[in-house]
Amino acid sequence: MAGKTLTRADLSEAVHRQVGLSRTESAELVKSILDRVTDALEAGQSVKLSSFGTFMVRSKGGRVGRNPKTGEEVPITPRRVLVFRPSQVMKNQINGLEGGDED
Amino acid sequence: MIKSELVDQIAEKNPHLYHRDVERIVNAVLDEIVRAMSEGDRVELRGFGAFSVKSRQARTGRNPRTGSAVEVSAKRVPFFKTGKELRERLNPKA
Repeated sequence: MAGKTLTRADLSEAVHRQVGLSRTESAELVKSILDRVTDALEAGQSVKLSSFGTFMVRSKGGRVGRNPKTGEEVPITPRRVLVFRPSQVMKNQINGLEGGDED
Repeated sequence: MIKSELVDQIAEKNPHLYHRDVERIVNAVLDEIVRAMSEGDRVELRGFGAFSVKSRQARTGRNPRTGSAVEVSAKRVPFFKTGKELRERLNPKA
């Protein structure tokens, strides 16, 4: 395992190499993909990207939490959390297996 | 929203690009993330979130229907942690 960390710049580079757009334009497109996904999630929509995975927004109710260090009770307000469910294709590829069901 | 709708939205804002090229761009981004993860790398997208891979040890599982023991081999699972900015956008301060 290499253990590198890739960033937006590396994704832009992949777009530049594979599609042949300029680096500047590739970077803008990476940004606009992430922005569109963010907008949809913010609006409460799920984002389903076949053979990649699904991002879902879940609403959590409020509850009483506790500061584990002091034992003090702290209210946790209702909030929305994002859940990512990887596709079977992604799970297989990460384990070096072929393809998998489209989902 | 599904992938084709994402492609449509981006194509609409970039009329100088062919629709099929926008499709290739979206796929290039998603494929690069999966490729990196399959090499055990992390992908950190500031403001959005980070994709990483976690290792799970082999364990003895059970077939829930029959109750018989099954060996589950060690595997790697994808993991996504939501970025701070996105988490805040999902929960705007009142």
